Amino acid sequence: MKSVSIIGAGPAGIEAAYVLAKQGVAVSLFEKSSSPLKNIADKAFLFPNFAAATDIVEQMNRKLLNANIAQHLDTDIVGIVREGEQGWKLSDSHGNSYYSDAVLLATGYTPFDAHRKEELGYGIYGGVITSLEMEKMIRYNQIVNSLGEKPKRVVFLQCVGSRDEKTGNHYCSKVCCVTAVKQAIEMKKQLPDTEAYIFYMDLRMWGQHFEELYRQSQQEYGVRYVRGRISEASGTFDGRVQIKAEDTLMGLPLKMTTDLLVLMVGMEASEGTRCLAKAAGICGEYGFAQSSDPHLGDCLTSQKGLYVCGTCKRPMSINDVVNDARAAAFAILEG
Amino acid sequence: MNSDSFHLFVIPFVAGVFFLLVFSVWKYWRWIKKFDKLQRAKIRKNIWTWRFLPAIWEAFREGLLHWRITKKNLLLGYMHRSLAFGWFLLIVVGAVQAKLAFPDGHPLWIAIFFNYFEPSYSIDFPKAEFFANLMDVLLIYVLSGLFLAMFKKVWSRPLGMKRTTRHTLMDRVAKLALWCIFPFRLLSEAATSSLYGNGGFMTRGLGNVLSSMGVADPAFEMSCWTLYSIALGTFFCLMPFSRYMHIFTEVFLIYFRQLGVKDSDKKTGYTMFELSACSRCGICIDGCPMNRELGIVNMQGVYMLQSVRNLELQKNAEPIAENCLMCDRCVADCPVNLDLSIIRRQVRIKNKKDIDKGGYGYLRNIQPFNSIGRVAYFGGCMSHLTPGISRSMETIFNAVGQKYWYMDKNETICCGRPLLQQGFENQAFELRRKNTEMIVNSKATMLITSCPICYQSFKKEYKLSIPVMHHTEYINMLIESGKLKLRKDDRRVTYHDPCELGRGCGIYDQPRNVLRATTTLLKTKEEREHSLCCGFNLGNPTLDLEQQTAIRNAARDNLMAPKPDTIATACPMCKKAFQHADNIPVKDIAEIVAENIIK
Repeated sequence: MKSVSIIGAGPAGIEAAYVLAKQGVAVSLFEKSSSPLKNIADKAFLFPNFAAATDIVEQMNRKLLNANIAQHLDTDIVGIVREGEQGWKLSDSHGNSYYSDAVLLATGYTPFDAHRKEELGYGIYGGVITSLEMEKMIRYNQIVNSLGEKPKRVVFLQCVGSRDEKTGNHYCSKVCCVTAVKQAIEMKKQLPDTEAYIFYMDLRMWGQHFEELYRQSQQEYGVRYVRGRISEASGTFDGRVQIKAEDTLMGLPLKMTTDLLVLMVGMEASEGTRCLAKAAGICGEYGFAQSSDPHLGDCLTSQKGLYVCGTCKRPMSINDVVNDARAAAFAILEG
Repeated sequence: MNSDSFHLFVIPFVAGVFFLLVFSVWKYWRWIKKFDKLQRAKIRKNIWTWRFLPAIWEAFREGLLHWRITKKNLLLGYMHRSLAFGWFLLIVVGAVQAKLAFPDGHPLWIAIFFNYFEPSYSIDFPKAEFFANLMDVLLIYVLSGLFLAMFKKVWSRPLGMKRTTRHTLMDRVAKLALWCIFPFRLLSEAATSSLYGNGGFMTRGLGNVLSSMGVADPAFEMSCWTLYSIALGTFFCLMPFSRYMHIFTEVFLIYFRQLGVKDSDKKTGYTMFELSACSRCGICIDGCPMNRELGIVNMQGVYMLQSVRNLELQKNAEPIAENCLMCDRCVADCPVNLDLSIIRRQVRIKNKKDIDKGGYGYLRNIQPFNSIGRVAYFGGCMSHLTPGISRSMETIFNAVGQKYWYMDKNETICCGRPLLQQGFENQAFELRRKNTEMIVNSKATMLITSCPICYQSFKKEYKLSIPVMHHTEYINMLIESGKLKLRKDDRRVTYHDPCELGRGCGIYDQPRNVLRATTTLLKTKEEREHSLCCGFNLGNPTLDLEQQTAIRNAARDNLMAPKPDTIATACPMCKKAFQHADNIPVKDIAEIVAENIIK
């Protein structure tokens, strides 16, 4: 393999680019925004070990510098077609074309737009925020309610836009459960007097140390868990949020007023993923890209010379993404 | 022989007419007896007024000219008109002809079998030649309709119908008899003409053909007339048991409707008239979203009425009556203007009789807010799930300085309509009573609601003495009176007519006026009374999400076709339906207005 184009400079794209460049492949890395690693740039700490996101970003940036990678920032790839027997042609929004022997799709995800669940009041009541905004608040040590005051109570709601028939997303976004546990702990570390509630359908503590984190959150930090979905949120006159839910373990309806309602938004296929997967004919469920086999060919696709890695396939955590990117790089080297 | 005024062959016809007459009178009389109090009161009140005049006009326009069908499809209208109006003219002109030929009076059948009994087959009354030719022209007119009807059976698309009704055996036999009548008439007249040379241009022409074929024979003539009479008699005898009874019933229905009679939630004699007035044309099938998107073709208006008519209720009315969005599309399409949704609701109410025991007795009375000089605002349950709408309404009230009472802000009692639409009459009644109590005690001057379902309920099912407005009407009123000043943004929008607001309450123009005042409104292919249901209507409890989504997507595609920036609607339910689909920017009209208020 002489040349590879990688679309998307997130953890997946960068890791794969690094591995391939080190093996002597000519790598072009395309990113539509002006800097790489946009999605994790605002993250505070990463589960399960509370590694600072800034450290990860720094290490990844170093990888970019230490390998011979042609970076194309501000380049929005909108077209992908097979060119000749072996190669691929990419085209960007300005009409430029790029040719390579293989293409790796690392176009990633986009967070679910919480406006679509209007009953939860996002964009209507100041006290309703998404998990991304909470992450920022934690990172800059500025957890405040809509009036800019220290909150007395914070409620996290799981599965917003995931496992939700009505929005059409039947799948689990995989990372939100543990993210809420992590964010609740971090919030408690910063504001020990603030109450934390997590409303969940069931908690999926699938990864190493996740279960321990969940236990720790209850025993050491006093995070409270309520099984049940929140049906609607409404504003109160003092700028707080009133939620209506059902506690399905108690079998009782429940009303609660909170300063902050944090919506744990799931992952959806990004615009780039949708558009390129469709153009390349590898469109899977929910707009994600489809790999050719979940066991033995998870980085391959039905198109020869076209590879996929990371969250353009399905929701994944960062550590899984990095491993997947390396697997994709080796699949490309094997040809 | 022919100059006698009677022959045995007329017996089937006379018997048929007699049977039809006696049976219809008996049937109609029974139905009229079954009208409920309110309906009788309406008739008593209006019977001695001039309302029969518009009724006659409508009966002429719809029963004979088939105006509404013509508006749907010219050819289909022509087909129905030529059969109905053509036959009607044949009877009328035939009667005049007979009157002229027998100025001293004649038995009934003379007019029908005129060419057979025509005195001496000569021109011995004024304009006989003219009448003979005119009758031929009319017969050609009817036969052309008959030809189209036969053509439609093979290929209905050119007549604007994708699907046609599956008819019962009785209907098919009656149709066969009907189809036989006119060709037999032509043949009989030609046979007589082949012997005596009477009749108009076509009859004589065909008579000559028969002569040249050597079948000019009194026995042949007799058998033709007998067949014609039998066809007529058979048709008349089958009429009361087939769909063709609609020919007479529609006239009565139009009259009752003009007198102000309305259907109620129980099956009454008026319902029987409606059931019988359905011509089973099947126009309700093509527009129905259940057919269009899901391919379900057993529950449309025509089949639902059939099941009620045939008393199949006990057997299979449930899936038929329940499996409907109640979007009223069929009501808008129905050429007879039948209130199909009300009849369907009657069946649902009957189905739920055993489980509709009330059960809202526990509801405590919410303390009404003393609202003298205020308007009451009822967001509705669904607006609680779309807080953007109620919030925008509050912004609008504040902008025009209107004091308001948001009556269901914290504690919500449903308006009752979703229950009623499911057939839970008693439960809905309890909710209505609570809400009415609250509204009356509050002394509010007006009721404004954001949800078209509540709107229709407050407007039609409640007996409130204060005006009820949907927020689109209210905003439109504010704009027209100059109280609300709006800026126009550069958004291009398409408007989705909510079923309950548009077809349900006839509110089509007010939302459009409001949108034109703030945005650029684009036209869509299917709008106003032909708008598509969003699929998430509360009318159908049996659809699964996938089916609802399929119906929603069809409505979405219609709205997205002109490539708008935003889809505007005026119903929280529709808004949620479109919101759930990805990548659709959807806004309620109230939100668009609130964003564009000039302070």
